[in-house]
Amino acid sequence: MKTTFTLSALLLAGSASLAFAQEAPAPSRDGGYGLGRAALAEEVTAWDIDIRPDGQGLPVGSGDVWTGEELWIAQCSACHGDFGEAVGRWPVLAGGFGTLDGEDPVKTIGSYWPYLSTVWDYVHRAMPYGAAQSLENDDVYAIVAYLMYVNNLVEDDFTLSNENFLDVPLENEANFFMDDRMEVEFPVFTQEPCMENCAESIEITMRAAVLDVTPETAEDEAVVQEAAVTEEVVEEVVEEPAAAAAPDPELIAEGESTFRQCRSCHQVGEGARNAAGPMLNGIYNAQAGTREGFRYSPALVEAGEGGIVWDDAALTAYLLDPRGYIEGNRMAFRGMRDEADIPGLIAYLRAEGGE
Amino acid sequence: MVDDPKFTPSRRRFLQGAAVAGGAVATGQLAHAQAADPLITDLGEQPWSQYLGDGVDAAPYGMPSRHEAHVVRRNVPWLTADSVSSVNFTPLHEMDGIITPNGLCFERHHGGVADIAMADHRLMINGLVDNQMVFTMEDIMRFPRENRTYFLECAANSGMEWRGSQLNGCQFTHGMIHNVMYTGVPLRLLLEEAGVKTEGTWLLAEGADASGMSRSIPMEKAMDDCLVAFAMNGERLRPEQGYPVRLVVPGWEGNMWVKWLRRLEVGDAPWHHREETSKYTDLLEHGEARRFTWEMDAKSVITNPSPQAPITHGPGPTVLTGVAWSGRGTIPRVDVTIDGGINWHQARMSGPSFEKSMHRFYFEFDWDGSPMLLQSRAHDSTGYVQPTKDALREIRGENSIYHNNGIQTWAVDESGAAENVEIG
Repeated sequence: MKTTFTLSALLLAGSASLAFAQEAPAPSRDGGYGLGRAALAEEVTAWDIDIRPDGQGLPVGSGDVWTGEELWIAQCSACHGDFGEAVGRWPVLAGGFGTLDGEDPVKTIGSYWPYLSTVWDYVHRAMPYGAAQSLENDDVYAIVAYLMYVNNLVEDDFTLSNENFLDVPLENEANFFMDDRMEVEFPVFTQEPCMENCAESIEITMRAAVLDVTPETAEDEAVVQEAAVTEEVVEEVVEEPAAAAAPDPELIAEGESTFRQCRSCHQVGEGARNAAGPMLNGIYNAQAGTREGFRYSPALVEAGEGGIVWDDAALTAYLLDPRGYIEGNRMAFRGMRDEADIPGLIAYLRAEGGE
Repeated sequence: MVDDPKFTPSRRRFLQGAAVAGGAVATGQLAHAQAADPLITDLGEQPWSQYLGDGVDAAPYGMPSRHEAHVVRRNVPWLTADSVSSVNFTPLHEMDGIITPNGLCFERHHGGVADIAMADHRLMINGLVDNQMVFTMEDIMRFPRENRTYFLECAANSGMEWRGSQLNGCQFTHGMIHNVMYTGVPLRLLLEEAGVKTEGTWLLAEGADASGMSRSIPMEKAMDDCLVAFAMNGERLRPEQGYPVRLVVPGWEGNMWVKWLRRLEVGDAPWHHREETSKYTDLLEHGEARRFTWEMDAKSVITNPSPQAPITHGPGPTVLTGVAWSGRGTIPRVDVTIDGGINWHQARMSGPSFEKSMHRFYFEFDWDGSPMLLQSRAHDSTGYVQPTKDALREIRGENSIYHNNGIQTWAVDESGAAENVEIG
């Protein structure tokens, strides 16, 4: 075996076959290639949104805990819970103190995150989920102030601003340290391992089947195969003459595209379930606040009991201005920017979710 | 024996012609058919040999055989709150060689797949540079390019297994990895174009997606082997892999390979953003946490047999195969055991061996039909030997989530079925 290898290596050494190993890196050019253009100051300002622990990048602004709570309930609580305790598997953001060295650590802003600047940066850059960068700077300060409050870092009369931002350090900062695997693990994991008669006997100590949390692949496969079998049948169905009042497929397609704004919270169509928002099958012409199993705000349930039915007019009014139309409801959405997108969205909901 | 849909005839007809199982081979006698195989003797059973197939216009972009429809990425619904900020898994047990086909590369998004046209994309370099700059994709593609094959592994790959065996299938236990040949411009060339100031020791890479994914990268790495890549396996990046352009950070955790790369900022300190504080830090047993655990430790897994790929052929010649990789170099050696680690054998490496790329190994043996405990153990070019899960837990505890590179065990029973187990 070894001889063969040496021989072939010798043979290869004289040929071009080893060229990839000697490949020269893509060359630099003195003074650059002269490609690209200078960024304008306003372009840098528009995109340079990052914040650092030393406060670099923080804009001028401020927000207080109470304003933050209002914003929180409206825009964040659907996923993160009223007090940052989280709904379902969305991230828990408050509490968890003293759990990091236990069996079930709860890593929150208060218990784990090392820097407050990370909260400001992330809320501003990526939240609310599905409407990133839609919060005003003062709103971000207020939401961060509220998150500090629910993590017992400040009192309820606190106002956070760029001026006092560095005054409240997060407790867990000191518990992070630089990767030390090379010092701690590398020496242990570079020992020549045993190859023969390394143990007397071996026992199975744990089985995945006991837990059984693997997705049901066999069932999935059955579905895939079934889909393949019914291909021809589907073609026949498509050939049938369209019904007289058939919805406009282009309008539905536009609506499907518009629904991207909604799908971080809402599901519609086959297999749709309640998520951060209620599932929307059959929502058209249904009474407001009646999807089974969804925890609505009292405001939305009352609105339904008061007679609001999701017809074209009600859906249009609600989607344009959710909080104005039903005051106190919790849908974390500011409203459609363009009324012209709403007919498509309704057509999509009707087509996908039924009447 | 276990049914494998792959080898089940598409027509509902028993294979009379199939050889009597491999036992005959073990005795050195040639196996004999009980009757002629209609798939050979009956033309009516072989329509593909009689009637014309599809023409060249049937599939302008070709897809795998329809008989391979089960080879797909899968997700684990209970892992995440929804499917937009979530992950799916590469079907390692259905693959061979070292390259992951583009459509099977696992996906991990934090705000869904951004849909950006090549012409609409911009890449900005700002911060501590001589010239703050904007590049179009056309600009980027006028720089000199390199072709490099690298694995990308999510730091959370095998993260569900810290407390013990959870998921039955290497797709789910090890499938947050893919191995792709990238074409791209060295990041160094773009940074040289802008001119990094001497105090510029850190780089922030930021994505254009709805999560604004951002990671801090030390300048030394940025200037070393990072690529700004626009192609994978010879074609443009797939949307879910960052079309039109992504960062390639060889050997380092996948989260840093920012997709839909829109901005690079040079600074003099790390940013400590969400994905390098709240996430992707490794909580140890005593409540302290490692940060900036960038490199991926050497790791391997046997892909066949495995829970999703049982042995269906009975005793006799058996091909055991798997993959191995290291963020610190190549994999010159993989050891394999079929008895739970009492005795080990060096596997046969096959295929190209590139730095920070996936390697393929094989171990051929005659299975005697008795239960087995299969493990593989990677050795990388720095001398690092893949540890057992217990050895890792001894140092890190069970709360790390990330960087679980412990040795995986599959228990194979007499029928050839395999299960994810832990042994001691």
